[in-house]
Amino acid sequence: MNSAQTMTAPSTSRYTILDRPGFRLGALLGRWESMLALLLVAVFAVNGTLLPHFLDLDNLADGTFNFSEKALLALPMALLIICREIDISVAGILALSSVAMGLANGAGWPPDSLFLVALLTGMACGALNGVLVTHFALPSIVVTIGTVSVFRGLASVVLGDQAFTGYPQLMADWGQGYFFGVLPREFTVLLLCAALFAFVLHATSWGRRIYAIGNNPVAARFSGIAVDRYRFMLFVLAGAMAGLAAFLLTGRIGSTRPNIAMGWELEAITMVILGGVSISGGIGTIGGVMLAVLTLGAVTFGLSLANVPGIYMTIAVGVLLLVAIALPRLLRGRKVAK
Amino acid sequence: MKVLKQREAQLALSIAALALLVGWRAPVFLTAPSLANLLTDSTLLVMLALAQMLVIVTRGVDLSVASTLALCGMAAALLASRNPGLPLAFVMLAATALGLVLGLLNGWLVGYLELPPIVVTLGTMSVYRGLVFVLSGGAWVNSHQMPAQFIAFPLERLLGLTHLIWIAAATAFGAWYVARHSRFGRDLYTIGNEPSSARYVGIPIARRLLWTYGLSGAVAGLCGYLWVARYAVAYTEIAYGFEFTVIAACVIGGISIAGGCGSVTGAVLGALFLAVIGNALPVVKVSPFWQSALTGIVILVAVLINARGGRSKGRQILQLHLKNSARSTA
Repeated sequence: MNSAQTMTAPSTSRYTILDRPGFRLGALLGRWESMLALLLVAVFAVNGTLLPHFLDLDNLADGTFNFSEKALLALPMALLIICREIDISVAGILALSSVAMGLANGAGWPPDSLFLVALLTGMACGALNGVLVTHFALPSIVVTIGTVSVFRGLASVVLGDQAFTGYPQLMADWGQGYFFGVLPREFTVLLLCAALFAFVLHATSWGRRIYAIGNNPVAARFSGIAVDRYRFMLFVLAGAMAGLAAFLLTGRIGSTRPNIAMGWELEAITMVILGGVSISGGIGTIGGVMLAVLTLGAVTFGLSLANVPGIYMTIAVGVLLLVAIALPRLLRGRKVAK
Repeated sequence: MKVLKQREAQLALSIAALALLVGWRAPVFLTAPSLANLLTDSTLLVMLALAQMLVIVTRGVDLSVASTLALCGMAAALLASRNPGLPLAFVMLAATALGLVLGLLNGWLVGYLELPPIVVTLGTMSVYRGLVFVLSGGAWVNSHQMPAQFIAFPLERLLGLTHLIWIAAATAFGAWYVARHSRFGRDLYTIGNEPSSARYVGIPIARRLLWTYGLSGAVAGLCGYLWVARYAVAYTEIAYGFEFTVIAACVIGGISIAGGCGSVTGAVLGALFLAVIGNALPVVKVSPFWQSALTGIVILVAVLINARGGRSKGRQILQLHLKNSARSTA
């Protein structure tokens, strides 16, 4: 009887499991990224009709400067949050990397080496986070709240109430310059990084494993994924990207001040969440994050063209974030067990 | 000897050791006025840490405390400066009530809509901070615009101690009663330890969370008035970034960010530790720029110590398993 059952089981099975879900237009339109794309188009349409200078290519190119560095922090943050970790210290790493560049520059290091200085400082800071999170099994939010104090603190100890200035022309070229006179270099760097991150996350086994860890770290460990090594590398990566952002930002504004990139960690996290990455891990795409970055950038740029104070932007971003997470929940309308 | 193994006792001893060390280098630190000053400086952090503790115990976090504080402080300053005849108690109540409303909004989103607390409070943090600007039009409210009584109240003395200290002591007592002896408080620990079990035994999770965040908001609102009155100025950026200091005080006090674990004594001592560092640096003539870096190091050390204490309870099931199997195969 048993054998008969096992033999007939395949033919009587009511279910088949496909490798990937079939194509359905409704599902595609219902995706978070589609909503964001529609929102982006709407923002462009509204701004384009209300503000005469919005759809000017030169203006738009200039507008990319105010979000490119933040978006560079948001990309690794997306990977970390997908992996159920978080890094509050990215802006602190950025500040410390900038200070390291200022010190190296003051000591007469060649301009070419400054980028390496920023990158290595960032990676060292990221490695410290990574060791604390993986080797000592500490929650990343607590670790990075601690390290952000350390990094910012060290930066302000070195700086005091002074500022580093006098950076070489090379950095200004990268921070403020354009490729072929039209394409801002910062934005180009951002697009290249986004493409690289999207490839790694969505087309390689590394990316699949990051999702696996985010969905269930224990199961991921039992299925042979070196969970802690991935976590460690992601923190180092976040540090490296913060170093890159420090190089570009310092080049753009031409100085290192104690309040450099203050509060950017929360802006980067906002971009990531708005991009559809779930704070509980395992869900999200780089495409969504980039759409959120561009939407926020377009809104900010439109408001600045309309001479609205920047602080209204923080209200808009906060409301957008709350609506974005509350709306799907309200639409589902499931009753809460009180 | 058993008491020495408790985290709170160790923390209290290290605070005392730190204070004695500073006092040995600079005896003026251990004089009564200096210590009273230190207590007064620590009060706002103590109160906010106590409220934050209750939130963290439920596996949540309230990042919006600093913005709530700023908004309520600004509202109180504007209310008092435009209506100098209003009784001070009314202004304080108004600030607390506004904070309560802002906190209840957080609580509704977290409790009834079951949204992740970190995202909700990140959002409301930006909104509340922006509303400070909208409310004030970006202008400062300076001391000469505020009524004299409004500014004087926090530092006025009752039985030799400032009102701030009395209010913080009352808050600590209230928090102790809630956390240890009220059904509400015990439910919060249950929710933080095992939310699904809490639901099975019939704890109204949504309602509890609603009022926990409401409480956090109300305390932040009261602190908003006290902050503005103490420093006699209100502007958009007050207490900017203070939410992390509050969470740091909780972490140093041994309150687990994973929820379900934490005591009132821990929160108070954590806040006191940060206040001692902050007040000691100028006394021993270390550059105040070191404060942030030292705070960070203290946080990391505290987390490391707390994690070592908790390891024997075997929550890291997977890692223990791997080490044993590696040893047996070797």
